[in-house]
Amino acid sequence: MSWLPIAIKACYFLAALLFILGLKRMSSPRTARGGIVWAGYGMLLAVLATFFLPDMQHRGLIVAAVLIGVSAAWWSGKRVAMTAMPQMVALYNGMGGGAAAAIGAVELIGYVRTLAILHPAGIPDTSPLRPESWAINALPPISALVALSPVELALGVLGALIGAVSFSGSLIAFAKLQGWLDKRFVFPGQRAVNLLLLAAAVLIGVLLACGHASLPLIVVFFALALLFGLMMTLPIGGADMPVVISLYNAFTGLAVAFEGFVLGNEAMIIAGMVVGAAGTLLTQLMAKAMNRSLGNVLFGSFGAAGGEAQ
Amino acid sequence: MIDGFLALYIFMLAAFTGYEIIARVPVILHTPLMSGSNFVHGIVLVGAMIALGHAQTRFEIVIGFIGVLLGAGNAAGGYVVTERMLEMFKPSKPGTGKGAH
Repeated sequence: MSWLPIAIKACYFLAALLFILGLKRMSSPRTARGGIVWAGYGMLLAVLATFFLPDMQHRGLIVAAVLIGVSAAWWSGKRVAMTAMPQMVALYNGMGGGAAAAIGAVELIGYVRTLAILHPAGIPDTSPLRPESWAINALPPISALVALSPVELALGVLGALIGAVSFSGSLIAFAKLQGWLDKRFVFPGQRAVNLLLLAAAVLIGVLLACGHASLPLIVVFFALALLFGLMMTLPIGGADMPVVISLYNAFTGLAVAFEGFVLGNEAMIIAGMVVGAAGTLLTQLMAKAMNRSLGNVLFGSFGAAGGEAQ
Repeated sequence: MIDGFLALYIFMLAAFTGYEIIARVPVILHTPLMSGSNFVHGIVLVGAMIALGHAQTRFEIVIGFIGVLLGAGNAAGGYVVTERMLEMFKPSKPGTGKGAH
């Protein structure tokens, strides 16, 4: 083992440490300002280290995407009014959830492709959707291919589900606080419809996790997950949005932790899990500060027949 | 790859760490802390970079590229917004954020 992988692992370790210390400092008013700077150094370290990972391809594309994403977000974050902060948090959080879902999607598609190469007979020929038809790189030799283990596959699917829900839900939260979606969207039987959507997404997720992965199934899975996030957030009123955003923040953290497990990246596991737990507790504290329970915030608008209009 | 049980231990310890960090936080810091933890899960950028870096087909590359874009937005936007919120807690400016210390 050469020194480079060790140095990269050490950077991830330091990043995880800086995240935890930074969050710790952010939880006290006197040290809060320094906390974000510490966490910022951790992020910089982790991202720089990732560029030096061995056998990374498409480095140019990665640099381009990072530059575009960072400059767009930096610019929008700097010029937005202080009063518009909560919806910006929702927007950036949704992006994180979307990124976690994208990782899950790439891993799942890669899994289908790997299976198709390892067991060509096992995959039915659905010609345009046949994974080999997109190949632009010479595929690695079969000996180098390792399909995801069952645990990795299950956590990858779970992370993708949570991330996709957080993505579409956060975007709706953003649109509502921005004033683009004024009306609360309520109809009879909404709770049952949402439950059905979730059940369908979970069912397909279980199918995927059990190794019945195919491209159409993956597409339907993500469509259902995105739709569920949308439908779950639409009926919630604007005043409750900070609690909902905090919940989706915790969701994204969990999704990041699970995808981190799939990728074997300890920094993602630790940062994601810390945020998942801290975010869950923070959600409860915020709901309590509003004299509401979390269930009341999430489902209050369903059964009450418009009891709390406005 | 990480051994399953080792990962389980990491999951558990990290969850308790997160819980402990938040346990005694004053109400005025709820929103900045939400924003700060939003920045921390911007580490998903690293994962998206790895996913794009290992993408083999055009379809995977497109999704990976979108993932890196979104992850970079999460990290950069989360940082800027949190930093601006926490500016109100400057120690040199008494009165702005000292209320609930």
